Amino acid sequence: MIQPVLRGAGLAAVLLVCATPLRAETIKVTIDNFTFTPTEVTVKVGDTVTWTNHDDIPHTVVSAGKYRSKTLDTDDSFSFTFAAAGDYKYFCSLHPHMTGLVKVE
Amino acid sequence: MSLGDHDENGVSRRKVLECMTWAGTGVLWTLSGGVPRSLGLVDAARAAEQPAPGLTFLQISDSHVGFDKPANPNATGTLEEAVNRIKAMPVKPAFMIHTGDISHLSKAAEFDDADRIISQSRLDVHYVPGEHDFLDEDVKLYKERYGKGTRGSGWYSFDANGVHFVGLVNVVDLKAGGLGNLGAEQLAWLEQDLKGRSKSTPIVVFAHIPLWTVYPQWGWGTEDGGRALDSLKGFGSVTVLNGHIHQVMQKVEGNVTFHTARSTAFPQPAPGTAPSPGPMKVEDARLRSLLGIASIDFKVGDERLAIIDTPLAG
Ligand SMILES: [Cu+2]
Repeated sequence: MIQPVLRGAGLAAVLLVCATPLRAETIKVTIDNFTFTPTEVTVKVGDTVTWTNHDDIPHTVVSAGKYRSKTLDTDDSFSFTFAAAGDYKYFCSLHPHMTGLVKVE
Repeated sequence: MSLGDHDENGVSRRKVLECMTWAGTGVLWTLSGGVPRSLGLVDAARAAEQPAPGLTFLQISDSHVGFDKPANPNATGTLEEAVNRIKAMPVKPAFMIHTGDISHLSKAAEFDDADRIISQSRLDVHYVPGEHDFLDEDVKLYKERYGKGTRGSGWYSFDANGVHFVGLVNVVDLKAGGLGNLGAEQLAWLEQDLKGRSKSTPIVVFAHIPLWTVYPQWGWGTEDGGRALDSLKGFGSVTVLNGHIHQVMQKVEGNVTFHTARSTAFPQPAPGTAPSPGPMKVEDARLRSLLGIASIDFKVGDERLAIIDTPLAG
């Protein structure tokens, strides 16, 4: 009997795809002129967002209760991998008029 | 220039507001019957020759020790220059206030350097923190050095020559999308601190971020600053001094004079004139005209107040 074996293999492959997305990506957000660019990004569960500060002034990336970077001096970066879907609003705790959004689907 | 050169009814409110200025060698202000009047631009050297008043104190701000970017690769050096000017003043000020951003990254070495240089002024210094002084994880370094005897995150008050000074902290617990923040606990303390004081007591409030809304698009203001000003209502003479925006700006509202000081480290652009409020690179020859210190004179009883901004170089 061949059929059941094939079915089982097919199911295993599906489970594998769901558990570890094959194409986890790193999405870049830059900080220039006290602005997160792009201000809003849409990513998939498992993707990583990396923020890099290009200003001569330190900034932070803070999403209340979710993640918090250390102070990013010029050219410093911070990365966070999103494990759950949802809207992650964030801001710079030093310059709170700087805000951004990561939408995780 | 003497105060008597000017007639009493001379300057309209419009004129006063026109005198908000970014440049010049200095602006002398006097407070007469609760109404601040600009006496116009004065030569810094001549301003220093004004007769000794009841109380003279200095404001220094935004030293950013540790900053080394193109806008000023040597912020430590220009702080030293500022302190040298202070040492050379003909009249020794009673004390100095520092309105925050002593350091650039809250590093121990930066605070060490700042202390070493500022202490050469041989003046008592009263500090409030800027957001750059609160960058270490648990905000220990500022508090250990400058926070002794203060409340909360570093607020306090003291009296000198009949003037009541209040140092406020508006750089903690900032909310997304918002401006500077004082918080309920500090506001309640302020109300208590002012309660029962004679309304004729001149009040000087100092904080890092402006208490008035200078330019919200750049976060230049304090969300609950209006509530602090409510507590100050009724006092005949209120002066609010701050740093943070690295340029001289003045506003008069009723009995309250708001004044921002220059940085000793680097200039920032006038509101809305650049893509961001970040450090402004100017020609090297111009840098020192945009950095400096402020000295404030009170003539208690005359209800006069004069603020003289002195750049590091004309
Ligand atoms: Cu920031």
